[in-house]
Amino acid sequence: MSLTVTDLRVHYRTPRGEVRALDGVTFTVADGEIMGLAGESGSGKSTLGTSLVRLDGRMRHVGGTVELDGVPLPVADSAAMDRFRFRAVSVIPQYSMSALNPTRKIGKMVAELLASRGERPDRAELERRLALVGLPPDVLGRYPIELSGGMKQRVVMVVSTLLNPSLLIADEVTSALDVSSQKAVAGMLLGLRDEGLVTSMIMVTHDISLVYQIADTIAVMYAGRLAEKAPADVIVTAPRHPYTRLLISSLPEVGVRQAERRLDGIPGTPPSLLDPPEGCRFRDRCPLAFDRCAERPPFAEVAPGHSVACWKAV
Amino acid sequence: MLRLDGVSKIYRAGPFGGRELRAVSGVGFEVNAGEVVSLIGESGSGKSTIGRMVLRLASVTEGTITFDGEDVSAIRSPKAYYRQVQGVFQDPFSGFNPIFAADRVFEMIRREYFPRVSRAAWRERVESALAGVRLDPGQVLGRYPHQLSGGQLQRMLIARALLLDIRLLVADEIISMLDASTRVDVLNLLADLRSRGLGVLFVTHDLSLGTYVSDRTVVLRRGRIAEMGPTERVFGDPLHPYTRTLLDSVPRLHVKWAERRDEERAGRTVCPFHDRAPGTPVRGDLAEPEKDHHVACAGPGACPAAEEPEFRQPSAKERV
Repeated sequence: MSLTVTDLRVHYRTPRGEVRALDGVTFTVADGEIMGLAGESGSGKSTLGTSLVRLDGRMRHVGGTVELDGVPLPVADSAAMDRFRFRAVSVIPQYSMSALNPTRKIGKMVAELLASRGERPDRAELERRLALVGLPPDVLGRYPIELSGGMKQRVVMVVSTLLNPSLLIADEVTSALDVSSQKAVAGMLLGLRDEGLVTSMIMVTHDISLVYQIADTIAVMYAGRLAEKAPADVIVTAPRHPYTRLLISSLPEVGVRQAERRLDGIPGTPPSLLDPPEGCRFRDRCPLAFDRCAERPPFAEVAPGHSVACWKAV
Repeated sequence: MLRLDGVSKIYRAGPFGGRELRAVSGVGFEVNAGEVVSLIGESGSGKSTIGRMVLRLASVTEGTITFDGEDVSAIRSPKAYYRQVQGVFQDPFSGFNPIFAADRVFEMIRREYFPRVSRAAWRERVESALAGVRLDPGQVLGRYPHQLSGGQLQRMLIARALLLDIRLLVADEIISMLDASTRVDVLNLLADLRSRGLGVLFVTHDLSLGTYVSDRTVVLRRGRIAEMGPTERVFGDPLHPYTRTLLDSVPRLHVKWAERRDEERAGRTVCPFHDRAPGTPVRGDLAEPEKDHHVACAGPGACPAAEEPEFRQPSAKERV
């Protein structure tokens, strides 16, 4: 097992109280697995992604453990995490366009970054990796301002994976891109795994159709908890959680026209995570809800590699 | 109802406006009553600029935009125009002043356009407009923007436009900030408004949303129209290689990119513009190989004619 997350709880401190952004999340990511982490805004998907790398000042680790390749990750201790960042766990941030130091040429920045980890840049290897994402070697001699948004994104992809991390977290990396570059970037992420530059990957996104294209498994989050995790095909063709089912059936696809097939959204809104209700959090919007849903459903395995948090699916 | 003819927009860029940036070039299409037209393009294609020109938020450099035959840029009374034409934009949160209750946007319409309507009668109108966008008045009236969801706020902005008995709605990426579970409801709403005779210009980068609601589609590329026609023709049988590339890149559920068959991807080798059958009508830069389905030259790389050195786009004089 590459990554094992057990009952992870992370809260945000706000003036109005603690927001339970992650409230007991348990899952594993196998070696070589690309896991898509999908959810709506406020579901906690980005919090889950970032808490595996760095908790910022507003975030508080309340409970749960994270283990990577058999070694516990000290997610609550930012200083102790420093040993793992970049080397074992790395991230491609959502706004990678602004993640580069504007006062350094790319090559110098990479050298400084590697030096800070006690490594020396291997020019030939660096150029090979740039070529892998379709960048010419001369970007190393350029400043970030000389590159387009898509090129900067690809530079960050190369920089993030320089030390062949075991786990790469890609946080909404395709959201700001046009459809044609989305496809290219998604293909490059796949290439990073296939070339062995990263072992496993978590791709955080709100776009299920996109993550379906490259992910092996998809985990769906709802209101701070995992609703379902299964192989990508199963999530799309035979989901078991009512939320996943309704969500998948509400997505318009090219070729589906309202006049011919009318899709429906999910009525209602997700509960506030300041004071979330007991039991299943989807209960208020769920057409299948019954008495037992007042009790929290376990995230139970219903088939090999397929876990669902719903009483009706168990 | 709305008609664009050879519309171009040139922005001045660089120090002292010395550089010209052509955002839109020679775009022409129509939006009729009771019709949703989607304007699809990637970033920088000029789709939002066209929406802004229709709403008079940007001036037209060349060409004309007419509404019921009247030139929009020469309109004497903008207020009468905005009574009929309104816009809703991408970010519902920035459309509201966070200090005031969200329903203030309705009160401002009353003050500006209907000062003689009594408060009681106005409240009735607001409630029926809210019902029209499927919002419960009790849930949204008197609330502050931060207490409402993006979908609710976006629907309130549509309700605000409906209070004016508008005939044309410019919807610029109104879905993209909404969550997947509620976005289809806003789309259904737009499509249902057609039955009231409302025309909608639906600006989007998302092909699946565009095909879902629209009757006709205009595909823009670098400020020019690449292809336009009935939605089921444009996406069912795309003629322009760019439309095909876009369609190929859209991530779909149930079909993976890698699994798509090669013949689906293989484009026609001839340019639909230059290889047109004799007698195919041409309007501006667009050929019309089948009724109401227009297509531009595929351009260098995809059009054999474009690679010949003497190739050039037909000049204005040659246009029919």
